[in-house]
Amino acid sequence: MNIAVDISAIWPELFMAVAAMVMLMYGAFRGEGATRFVTWAGVLVLVVAALLVLAGPAGKTTAFNGQFVVDAFAVFAKVLLIAGAALALILAQPYNMREDIKQFEYPILIVFAVLGMMMMVSANDLLSLYVGLELQSLALYVVAAIRRDNLRSSEAGLKYFVLGALSSGILLYGMSLIYGFAGTTSFDGLAAAFATDSDAPVGVIVGLVFIAAGLAFKVSAVPFHMWTPDVYEGAPTPVTAFFAVAPKIAAMALFVRVMLEPFGDLVAEWQQVIWFISLASMILGSFAAIVQTNIKRLMAYSSIGHMGFVLVGLAAGNETGVQGILLYLTIYVFMNIGTFACILAMRRQGRMVEDIDQLAGLSKTNPYLAAALAVFMFSMAGIPPLAGFFAKFYVFLAAIEAGLYVLTVVGLLTSVVGAYYYLRIVKLMYFDEPAEAFDRAPGREITVIVTVTGLITMFFFIGLAPVLDGAEAAAAVLF
Amino acid sequence: MIELAVFLPLAGGLIAGIFGVRMGDRAAQLVTVIPMLIAAILSSYLLWHVGIQGNERTIELFTWIDSGTLELSWALRVDTLTAVMMFVVNVVSSMVHVYSVGYMSHDPHKPRFMAYLSLFTFFMLALVTADNFVQMFFGWEGVGLMSYLLIGFWSGRPSANAAAIKAFVVNRVGDFGFMLGIFGVFFAFGTLDFDTVFAAVPEVAGRTFSFLSMELDIVTTLCFLLFIGAMGKSAQIGLHTWLPDAMEGPTPVSALIHAATMVTAGVFMVVRLSPMFEFAPIALTFIVFIGGSTAFFAATIGLTQFDIKRVIAYSTCSQLGYMFFAVGVGAYPAAIFHLMTHAFFKALLFLGAGSVIHGMDDEQDMRKMGGLFSKMKVTASLMWIGSLALAGVPFFAGFWSKDVILESAFAAHTGMGLYAFWAGIAAALMTAFYSWRLLFLTFHGRTRADDHTFDHAHESPPVMILPLVVLALGAIFSGWLAADYFVGHHLDEFWRSSILMTHNIIEEAHHVPKWVKFLPIVVGAVGIVLAWVMYIAKPGWPAKFVAMVRPIHSFVFNKWFFDELYDRIFVRPSFVLGRGLWKSGDGAVIDGVGPDGIAAAAKDIAGRASRMQSGFVYHYAFAMLIGLVLLASWFLFGFFG
Repeated sequence: MNIAVDISAIWPELFMAVAAMVMLMYGAFRGEGATRFVTWAGVLVLVVAALLVLAGPAGKTTAFNGQFVVDAFAVFAKVLLIAGAALALILAQPYNMREDIKQFEYPILIVFAVLGMMMMVSANDLLSLYVGLELQSLALYVVAAIRRDNLRSSEAGLKYFVLGALSSGILLYGMSLIYGFAGTTSFDGLAAAFATDSDAPVGVIVGLVFIAAGLAFKVSAVPFHMWTPDVYEGAPTPVTAFFAVAPKIAAMALFVRVMLEPFGDLVAEWQQVIWFISLASMILGSFAAIVQTNIKRLMAYSSIGHMGFVLVGLAAGNETGVQGILLYLTIYVFMNIGTFACILAMRRQGRMVEDIDQLAGLSKTNPYLAAALAVFMFSMAGIPPLAGFFAKFYVFLAAIEAGLYVLTVVGLLTSVVGAYYYLRIVKLMYFDEPAEAFDRAPGREITVIVTVTGLITMFFFIGLAPVLDGAEAAAAVLF
Repeated sequence: MIELAVFLPLAGGLIAGIFGVRMGDRAAQLVTVIPMLIAAILSSYLLWHVGIQGNERTIELFTWIDSGTLELSWALRVDTLTAVMMFVVNVVSSMVHVYSVGYMSHDPHKPRFMAYLSLFTFFMLALVTADNFVQMFFGWEGVGLMSYLLIGFWSGRPSANAAAIKAFVVNRVGDFGFMLGIFGVFFAFGTLDFDTVFAAVPEVAGRTFSFLSMELDIVTTLCFLLFIGAMGKSAQIGLHTWLPDAMEGPTPVSALIHAATMVTAGVFMVVRLSPMFEFAPIALTFIVFIGGSTAFFAATIGLTQFDIKRVIAYSTCSQLGYMFFAVGVGAYPAAIFHLMTHAFFKALLFLGAGSVIHGMDDEQDMRKMGGLFSKMKVTASLMWIGSLALAGVPFFAGFWSKDVILESAFAAHTGMGLYAFWAGIAAALMTAFYSWRLLFLTFHGRTRADDHTFDHAHESPPVMILPLVVLALGAIFSGWLAADYFVGHHLDEFWRSSILMTHNIIEEAHHVPKWVKFLPIVVGAVGIVLAWVMYIAKPGWPAKFVAMVRPIHSFVFNKWFFDELYDRIFVRPSFVLGRGLWKSGDGAVIDGVGPDGIAAAAKDIAGRASRMQSGFVYHYAFAMLIGLVLLASWFLFGFFG
């Protein structure tokens, strides 16, 4: 293996690591005054990294003795998660300024987290997987507690850390079992081992369950979801927006790769685990959201439900399923960022408002915001022709192809239940007596993002074909 | 040109309906009236072009339904029968449009009214130009809908709303039969295309099918079902109750829909389907019975009513009975002939009545009229012409068509034919009587109106009189002009293949005994004289006569108690059933278990799910570990099992 080839495969990651450290040095010397500059620099770094990812080598390239892989699937996932992270970072800017979160470390931590996620997505070995996962997790723990002076934020960070450590332990334990029974940690080696030997040892199976559980924690699938509502509610809203998007994409991409590449021949074994956590996530996500009064908590359950729908695609275990997952994640990024942008615009007399009831009559006091939020809610409920409909459509299509009828029927029913709480928000905004108006001018960045994501959500069907083609090409490399 | 004649009314109606409020009353009137006048001129030309010159054709517009073996096109089938109907519909409709400009001048919703009229005309044209059952049904339902909307046009009146609902519901009963008929046709023939079905009828005739272990003749059953549809639309006895109530609508509506066109759709349908009905002699006999009974029964009620529009409404019902028994004895051309002449003189009578009502400040009760001749000479003269035509006085339109019907019934030489003949003769006597009763009560004798109303009674404006004159010309000349073609020597060249008559009963009708030919004229004269005696010479007699036959009178005056009977048998039990199902069935059972129950369960589950979220880290960690253990053991057992 030539070191030059290795380096060429990791250009984006290398660039981000160096850039993040430069930003850190700059911030450290300039102090708090550098925050604004560093934030925009972080956005720029992410954009450049995305371009580098796109300019990377075509086809499948492995580097560092098979530890690291770049293929169409990785490129798709990376671009998506960078887009989500960049949008979340832009959203954070006006909020952080206003709420006096002036730590310049925030954008730097985000960049580091994204770096970890990119390594996760490109992992081709259980060990590189773990390293990437921990890099992102450590950054995320800190980001969750970024408002050190706020009890809720600190609590959220701490909870996330403790439970995350537990899940990491579970994950590591699973890996050690796999290594013990299969004798390798390399994805290629594992795949080769199971391809010939159809009867996997029990230890491998148990290890697989542990790994699945560890990854399920990261995508907050039931029953490993319990941290999600507390962290979403406690963390500052822009952090929640980031949590809702980037780590979910990275973890889901990793989940898909781990299940389908090294353990691709054990589909019959792991399918029922995925089937169960998918089913449980859809049900809990839709039902528990009904009684929520805090919109961030509601979004937490909503994202649990969405992850359940995405896992339907994984449970299908076929190419259509992976294609559906990638499409779902793409749409999920825009819907969620848009919704959180709307939530960030919910301010009254300079303070954030998080109660759902406070949205009452928004259509009269702020028709533009209400219309945008209504679009996102309809889309999340899966009403055609909005984007969310196509997301659900393709994962369920895959499930039908794979013969998972129970999962499909339950999924459709829970999306009906889910429609209740999404539409309740629309009802509140359009049919209830207006509450006091929100503050005007939430910030130029927010208005722009609401508009752009809203338009994408509304007119997604126009650009559906190219995204589907891209997702299909990305999905093809895993089979 | 055919397309223009059909779609101009649609265009006018849509424009007036959508932009009516913005474009203003005058523009809405122009945009509906002008296309209608053009369509009327076009269809007059079409009648000559298609009927007399023989250029019949079918224009395929587009494929409408293509699903499995069901293939339907939207087509305009214009043969002589359709051309006659288009002529009648467009001419009467255009006259009613013009008339409405004057009649509705005080109404605040003129654009809506004009739009409804035009849309009604379009649906009627779609019905008569259909070349398959489904398109016919489209027009059929469309006219039903517009009829509903127009009867309830003055939606502020509870009675108008009730009448509209009644018309709709009673028509649904008939439509249900019609629909079953259509389904049956598709079942038996595998297609709904007229030509294909007609070609296959001789083969299918005589075959049977089992239903509830009864062997039923296919064609006869289908014809019965289809005729039930016709009974509803054409207000035949049993399903007639909606027609008198429909007079709640504005008078132009009564003239157009409930006299000249829509109610004749049933007659048209049976004639259009003559290639089927000719193979169903039992169904035809039934039609004769229903037609003859309706002609007689409706005429008796007409004798007793005092509302000027209701008298004419029952007269319409009775005349439709004539048309049906003509159809039943196989004299289809005679039926269509009477349909056309009737359209002219009945529209004339209705519009004339409207003119009186308009001039009398919306008074409809004839007991509060009288002596109006001096006030509205033109209207009165035109009403006279209409009545002369209706009573079959020689050389007016009704004379030609009614006579040939009665002669055909006699010439059929069947028991049922004779029944219809005598019922028709009796009805003719009563028709003449109630027509002149109406004229005498309204225009002659001493006035019974209060001074104020009488002093203000006035002749209608020219925009209302002019259409009456055009219709009066039709009422005078249409019979004489058309007799030769419709039922005379040119009958075969005129109708060609549009009507199937297995034996030419019209020919036989020309050779009935002399007394049969003169009897209708004689009874007409008797009726007129009787009316003169009762209402001019001896105004006290009617009351005395009524006192003498009080039970019979109250039976007839209360419309043979049909409404009360239906109310007892159908309406009230339906309400009871409906209320029961609503309160206990839907409210308690379905809502309780269904939406409410599921919603409550969902909230309960939601509450539990969110209570699990205790906020303690060790609970969360515990849940994770338990989940892991459960998954792993499920896995292992599954794995080993």
